[in-house]
Amino acid sequence: MASNLELNKGQTSTQTPVKKTLKQSTKDHISGYLYISPFFILFGIFGVFPIVFTAFISFHKWDILGTREFVGFRNYQLLFTDPLFWKSLGNTFSIWVISTIPQLFMALIIAFVLNQAFLKGKQFFRLSVFLPNITSVVAVAIIFDSIFGHHYGILNYFLSIFGIENINWKGTYLGTHIAIATMVIWRWVGYNSIIYLSALQSIPKDLYEAATIDGASKMQQFFMITIPMIRPMIIFTVILSTIGGMQIFAEAQIFSGAGGGALDQGLTMTLYLYEEAFVRNAFGYASSIAWVLFLIIVLFSLFNLFLTNRIKSAE
Amino acid sequence: MNEVGIKWYHPGRISVYVLLILITFLSIFPFYWMFVIGSNTTAAVAKFPPVMVPGANFITNAQNVFATIEFFRAIMNSIIVSTAITASVLFFCSLAGFAFAKLEFTGKNKLFIFIIATMMVPAQLGLIPSYMIIAKLGWINNLNALIVPAAVNAFGVFWMRQAIMSTIPNELVDAGRMDGCSNFRIYWNVVLPIIRPSLATLGLITFMNVWNDFLWPLVVLKDKASQTIQLALKTLNGAYYTDFAMVMAGTFMATIPILIVFLMFSKQFIAGLTEGSVKH
Repeated sequence: MASNLELNKGQTSTQTPVKKTLKQSTKDHISGYLYISPFFILFGIFGVFPIVFTAFISFHKWDILGTREFVGFRNYQLLFTDPLFWKSLGNTFSIWVISTIPQLFMALIIAFVLNQAFLKGKQFFRLSVFLPNITSVVAVAIIFDSIFGHHYGILNYFLSIFGIENINWKGTYLGTHIAIATMVIWRWVGYNSIIYLSALQSIPKDLYEAATIDGASKMQQFFMITIPMIRPMIIFTVILSTIGGMQIFAEAQIFSGAGGGALDQGLTMTLYLYEEAFVRNAFGYASSIAWVLFLIIVLFSLFNLFLTNRIKSAE
Repeated sequence: MNEVGIKWYHPGRISVYVLLILITFLSIFPFYWMFVIGSNTTAAVAKFPPVMVPGANFITNAQNVFATIEFFRAIMNSIIVSTAITASVLFFCSLAGFAFAKLEFTGKNKLFIFIIATMMVPAQLGLIPSYMIIAKLGWINNLNALIVPAAVNAFGVFWMRQAIMSTIPNELVDAGRMDGCSNFRIYWNVVLPIIRPSLATLGLITFMNVWNDFLWPLVVLKDKASQTIQLALKTLNGAYYTDFAMVMAGTFMATIPILIVFLMFSKQFIAGLTEGSVKH
């Protein structure tokens, strides 16, 4: 009876307003396309066109003022034999490894701790963990420049208490990479913690209760329930850190100075791109760097996606 | 359940608090350190062991900052750019989010996936042609160069679509239609008031991102009068690094506005980030 009634109701409601729904559908099409058009117009001008045009320029020798000369793949050939490019690639990956891997593990631990039910002052701790993320990269670079100072830096002072001699952070590859990675970690670990925390909070409590009844230890629960359940967020943060880390620029430029320092120890790929384009006006060459950088980001993101996908899924 | 009997001084609990206090210290210390150096003289800073407490020289350092860079001009530029972009992002992204969440039109899903895919493209890829466009438009040294390209973004559209889908029932939209509301009226009078918390979160994220942006402003704003505060800070640090106390005082003052904005909205913001994603 009940289903019959519902069926009738359904029929009448689809039949009577036929004219109206048609009109509504046209209206929805017009407003739908109209409302999303600003994005597509802007993306067309400042997204699609620049990307295509970058590819076009990369096949030319061009200093923007002079004549444009078609050179085919020569910029790319030059790039692959350019020691500076390989150095910038090495620096970028070195900084990425030192910053991202410890950072995501730390974020996971912080999120886990922040999620403890007994914790007092949750709001305060969440806020203070997140706080570094609001500062600008410029401010962060200036502050850590002083913390990592050679002669008067507070970090060297702190280390000297433990008998470690003055370290010249700025003058060495590893020192520079550690300093830049520290800036990245300091600025982003809280952000990633909050992302993980939101994922932890969406795990149903009864899963843990059932596991406790079954005699699973806290450690087992962490690896068998927590990690698989927040896997989508882990993938999200890994991809985001990959894209962000490959584009690192301001920290390096301010910490090591223009050009990335005397040994090019702070020369990242984006810094190299900036230098070629806007300091040396080699727009064609810089455009080929931009495309190679983009391909590296895509490939490295896919590689990391493949790795993180191997984390045991919740299903 | 079985943890009810555990006292706060249980070793596991103490280590949790110790860890959190350590992290809080590490989070806040650089802010403190910024003020310590910014309020001492450079001579007092260049010592080993370094000074650890604030000095009395902050006002002098601040005056030196004002004499060296156009500090207030730069702050004003940053406020104009951040406010204009935030307002425009909130409007256009929520409008597009509304279309994707509640309107039926051909190709909707494909277009949405396309928008998501554009998030993967790094900004640097189009940096050089974008610069050329801005130069052609005559917007070098003009704040429009920052505002117009950033007026709407993919993340915002994604964020607003999720928010509208999870908070606005279809019945509400239908009821609005029964009353003869146009789509825009429904968006303006029904949807916008309900999604205010999501707008606040997106607004704060956008404002902070724009305030802290560096590479693009560095490329298109060369003139001192048009510089944003981040560029002014870079000038201050690059040219006057010998007066380190002054540089730090400037950095400290440049951080204050964004700190105030963040603390004003922080409760809602953190709640928006953590609790928002619970409802899928």
